Amino acid sequence: MIQLLAPDGTLRADPRFPLDVTPALCRDLHRDMFLARRFDQEALALQRQGELGLWLMALGQEAAQVGSIRAVAAHDHVFPSYREHAAALCRGISPAEILAQWRGVAHSGWDPARYRFHIYSLVLGAQALHATGYAVGVRLDGAQEVVLAYFGDGASSQGDVNEALNWAVVARAPIVFFCQNNQWAISTGTAQQMGTPVHVRAAGFGLDTYFVDGNDVLAVHAVTAQAADRVRAGGPPVLIEAFTYRIAGHSTSDDPRIYRSEAEVDLWRERDPVARLTTLLRAEGWADEEHFEQLDREARKLAEETRAACLSLPDPTLEETFRHTFAQEPPLLRQEREAMSAYQAGFTDGADR
Amino acid sequence: MITLGQALNRGLRAAMTRDPRVVVMGEDIGRLGGVFRVTSGLQQEFGADRVMDTPLAESGIVGTAIGLALRGYRPVCEIQFDGFVYPAFDQIVSQLAKMRARSAGRLALPVVIRIPGSGGIGAVEHHSESNEAYFVHTAGLRVVTCATPADGYTMIQQAVTGDDPVIFYEPKCRYWDKAEVDEDAPLAAAPALHAARTVRAGRDLTVLTYGSMVRPALVAAQIAHEEGRSVEVVDLRSLAPLDLPAVLSSVRRTRRAVVVHEAPTTLGLGAELSALLTEHCYLEMEAPVLRVGGYNIPYPPARAEERYLPDADRILEAVDASLAY
Repeated sequence: MIQLLAPDGTLRADPRFPLDVTPALCRDLHRDMFLARRFDQEALALQRQGELGLWLMALGQEAAQVGSIRAVAAHDHVFPSYREHAAALCRGISPAEILAQWRGVAHSGWDPARYRFHIYSLVLGAQALHATGYAVGVRLDGAQEVVLAYFGDGASSQGDVNEALNWAVVARAPIVFFCQNNQWAISTGTAQQMGTPVHVRAAGFGLDTYFVDGNDVLAVHAVTAQAADRVRAGGPPVLIEAFTYRIAGHSTSDDPRIYRSEAEVDLWRERDPVARLTTLLRAEGWADEEHFEQLDREARKLAEETRAACLSLPDPTLEETFRHTFAQEPPLLRQEREAMSAYQAGFTDGADR
Repeated sequence: MITLGQALNRGLRAAMTRDPRVVVMGEDIGRLGGVFRVTSGLQQEFGADRVMDTPLAESGIVGTAIGLALRGYRPVCEIQFDGFVYPAFDQIVSQLAKMRARSAGRLALPVVIRIPGSGGIGAVEHHSESNEAYFVHTAGLRVVTCATPADGYTMIQQAVTGDDPVIFYEPKCRYWDKAEVDEDAPLAAAPALHAARTVRAGRDLTVLTYGSMVRPALVAAQIAHEEGRSVEVVDLRSLAPLDLPAVLSSVRRTRRAVVVHEAPTTLGLGAELSALLTEHCYLEMEAPVLRVGGYNIPYPPARAEERYLPDADRILEAVDASLAY
């Protein structure tokens, strides 16, 4: 497993990935992770207060997400699964745009073309094929782009993911698959999910593969940057397996104490991705107290803005879903929409709905 | 005179010539030209990047077509046989059909999925199914089928031109039917993709049908004519959306309707049409809507399919029953 920053915050030399980390890069990656975690906590609070229907925390996976998304170019298209909130924030997607889906005001809240970041996919692994097809289009266009596709250890059992890995090799698709192995698919651990690690299986399909400490943002960043460079230069598609841990439950509907021990979670809390970079920044003197205090203020502001933006999200109308079902609305559907609207309008004249 | 298979081939060629973003993909469709040769010669003409032989994975075909469409391409996928579409069911129903709505209208998926459908050619199991109702039931998909070479030529081009995903059924038992096709007629002059067509005018009863069943319906109408009964035959062409005005216009005039399709009748197009006719012209009808369809059993072995598939005699039974009501 590739590791450049140990859990105790010390740097490790790896001949394959020369340590060319700069203080600025470390501060930037740390800031991304720190803010993403604060956003995540605020979203959890909003769910517990009934303002979100559901929330899936990225807690513990910030390094895997931030390190990978920051290593590709801004014009590289990204296909997330559904927990990539830290990656989404790095792309400039706003808290409100992320929360819209979980508040139930939209199935997705952002414009995928604007952020080069596709909508979340809740059917596990389906997006791996979309990403592969998109990457085939990139190749046909002769564009210097790389596609980054996220999925998890659970989704690696899906047919679509396995079809995508094979397809990408056959079709010479410029794509980096990024598997966040957080070791738990709701209550199903990796031992029940697979007999062979994802990166080993991917090698069998013909992809170049990396196995990286997913809680080490420097290693994830270095590995993803190298992978993207190689793919961009015409190399085979790549799969990166980032070994990480889902500190929270699968979602806010889940009680992980039922299926895993606190001791296991504590072990991974000690390998926290944010803490180890904080330790490095302090030890090397790359950030002073004023820097961290400023970051705290920024995080508080983000949390306040997140809350306010969430609460001000407008409720959706059924008309919108009608209008977005087809490019050209069929006459029967138009009639149904108009009848529905007329029926709804009947309630507005002082009547209580 | 060209066959339906050739007409589809020429329609695809015209679509690919018109728009360089149109790509064709599927199992064995490139070098071989497809198991029914519908894409024959296209790879030689347009190259392997635009006519792609894919791995043997139907979910992969539809899933990667979605990705290509997101990139700006207009993929036309072939599912080799009707019964092989199920591995792609999630990609069609949850992804292709819903992406526009899920993205609040920001993403369009102009993908055409061609499916050689229905039976009647003595094939082995899983090669003769009529599974259109699954897709008609799914909001966000257009489902069409052609019955003649002329329709095949124009409808495949219209399907490729539209911005909505289209499930395009080709009745494989009609692939070798020959007819004149005017390839020089402007596409804009053709009937709209969603429009039904009256293929035989009549006064006493309307047969509503599509795809493989248009021909036996016409045979039945001719026999009825010889017996002094005037039967109208409407080729629905588009199953989703249905051309309800055309259906109502015919049935209000004849006051009797028989729906004919190969698919099992339970919750099929016949059930939907029967409900629509009841809702819209109940008091104008002289008889209940009758359905002639496949029986509610798995598609039988080939040597029994002749007794499974609706034919002119079974259609006439229903016509007689309706007229005697």
